Amino acid sequence: MNLFAIFGEALRALRQNRMRTALTMLGMIIGVAAVVLMLSIGEGARTKINETIAAMGSNLFIVVPGATSSGGFSFGSGSVRTLTISDAYAIAELPSINATAPVVSGTVQLNYAAKNWSTIVTGTTANYFEIGNWKMEAGAAFTESDLRSAARVVVLGSVTAKNLFGDEDPVGKTLRITNRPFQVAGVLMAKGQSLTGRDQDDTVVIPITTSERQVTGSQFPGSIRYMLVQGKSATEMDIAEIEITQLLRQRHRIAKGKENDFTVRNLTAIADVATDAAKVMSIVLGAIASVSLLVGGIGIMNIMLVSVTERTREIGIRMAIGANQRAILVQFLLEAMMICILGGLIGLLIGIGGAWLVSQAADMLIVITLGMVGLAFLFASAVGIFFGFYPAKKAASLNPVDALRYE
Amino acid sequence: MTAPEITRTSNPLIQINNLCKNYSLQDANGKTITNQVLFDVNLTINPGEFVTIMGHSGSGKSTLMNILGCLDIPTSGSYWLAGKNVATLSSNELARIRNQHIGFVFQGFNLLKRMTALDNVATPLLYAGINRTLSRKRALELLRQTGLENFALHQPNQLSGGQQQRVAISRALINNPPLILADEPTGNLDSQTSNEIMLLFQKLNRDQGITIVLVTHEDDIAAYAKRLIRLKDGRVIVDKNNTN
Repeated sequence: MNLFAIFGEALRALRQNRMRTALTMLGMIIGVAAVVLMLSIGEGARTKINETIAAMGSNLFIVVPGATSSGGFSFGSGSVRTLTISDAYAIAELPSINATAPVVSGTVQLNYAAKNWSTIVTGTTANYFEIGNWKMEAGAAFTESDLRSAARVVVLGSVTAKNLFGDEDPVGKTLRITNRPFQVAGVLMAKGQSLTGRDQDDTVVIPITTSERQVTGSQFPGSIRYMLVQGKSATEMDIAEIEITQLLRQRHRIAKGKENDFTVRNLTAIADVATDAAKVMSIVLGAIASVSLLVGGIGIMNIMLVSVTERTREIGIRMAIGANQRAILVQFLLEAMMICILGGLIGLLIGIGGAWLVSQAADMLIVITLGMVGLAFLFASAVGIFFGFYPAKKAASLNPVDALRYE
Repeated sequence: MTAPEITRTSNPLIQINNLCKNYSLQDANGKTITNQVLFDVNLTINPGEFVTIMGHSGSGKSTLMNILGCLDIPTSGSYWLAGKNVATLSSNELARIRNQHIGFVFQGFNLLKRMTALDNVATPLLYAGINRTLSRKRALELLRQTGLENFALHQPNQLSGGQQQRVAISRALINNPPLILADEPTGNLDSQTSNEIMLLFQKLNRDQGITIVLVTHEDDIAAYAKRLIRLKDGRVIVDKNNTN
């Protein structure tokens, strides 16, 4: 038996029925294209979320002032400024905590030359950049000494920098925040949207001391809007949360049985949920697409069964002139596999093309990995073997006398 | 895979002892009905013979041919082909015997559709594991022998009945088999073409020493053979040398 020659026979049979071959292949093409497209969309979403999470910084807690009630009235979360800068410094001393960055904020008007822009000002400490995983696009962050001296220096978010300065290099320039001159120390690298969809790059960051005294001000000096807390290790986040809670309850003199006047949120846990959701979406999309692949496979089996019946006499002739069962089996199996593999390749190209179109049209991140391509290809071959085997076996086990007599 | 070695000098080529063949059918009530087609057939055919098997339809001649051609197996009795008991061979070995040692010629030609005469003739070599170039070269030689070299690239439906049967004979000859089994090879042909085909068989038997077993129900076709076997109701009733 010459495998190469039998390959030729299978190819000849497929070419003799072009229309049927093409239609059967279409099932496979659609299936594989759907799988590739869905996987690439799912993978794109996952990559996007992972990037956002990585940009957020690792092992993060955010501590916000909690809801309080006074005389039967409940006030919303953050309504009372119960958290202070000194709380932040105290938390930083905890054994499980790496660093903290207290934040005050407010909306401010910026002016540079003839342009003006309204944005959120973040007043914080120098380690805010490291905790929040901010990188510098140009210039430098402000320093501890800027913080101590309440210097009028500012670090710009990339969107703000673009809006105020255009193509100009902002570093070293002076802009006005609520009419006070600030020198630009640096520009932050863009991060894009946060998990909640807020544009993180439309911001200005100044020392918290400067902000309190000259920009945002406060009825309650020393109070902050929130603080970022970075734990030492990912495995001790639970311990860190307990330590933060205990320390703050103690510092705020909250009696046993009373509610906290602050809330500790584990951002890493939120990120995990987002990652899991993306993973589930990937799997669901892939599973839905696989159904079409399955339907394509059944179509192949159906056509191969028809083909075996139709070609019974041909099979009989081949057996009479010396084809053994294996040669017949291999020929029909090869026919099914060729449909699948060729259909799979075309589907792969269409899937990649479709993914590209989606990424252009919907401005979505689409990721196509080599593993995905391999998986689709492997899946297509497996469908060919699985659904092609039964008809091929049926052909091979025909009795030569009956097959020859078949009309 | 070991196939029995069959040479043209081995003696006898075909030996059948007490061969019976039953077919089992299910009737409408699911009861099994056994229909016996061949009864205690004994037959010896030596290398180089040209035998014709005659009989009315239903006499069992096609069944006997199928068994001789290793396409079917006997219910009881034994069939020795070139000293080898066919009953002991696997389906792969039978396929190899059909490929290497037996050439089939059918009434309905049984060529593969939408395939050139050349490729039809070359197909048995494909199953013998010989590459396509060599197969085609050998196939062209055989088409030349049967006078069809100019029709090598025609498909069966572009050929006349006689030409198709010549293609089928070329295909039967491609592996140089010692035995050719022809089941009513002239049944679909006019008398002039029939004579041409029979002369071709006669020539192959005379010049190349190929053993030929041929089924027919026409006396003038049977006259080309050297020996005549007549079957009736599954039994051999005549086995004689052709006098003319």
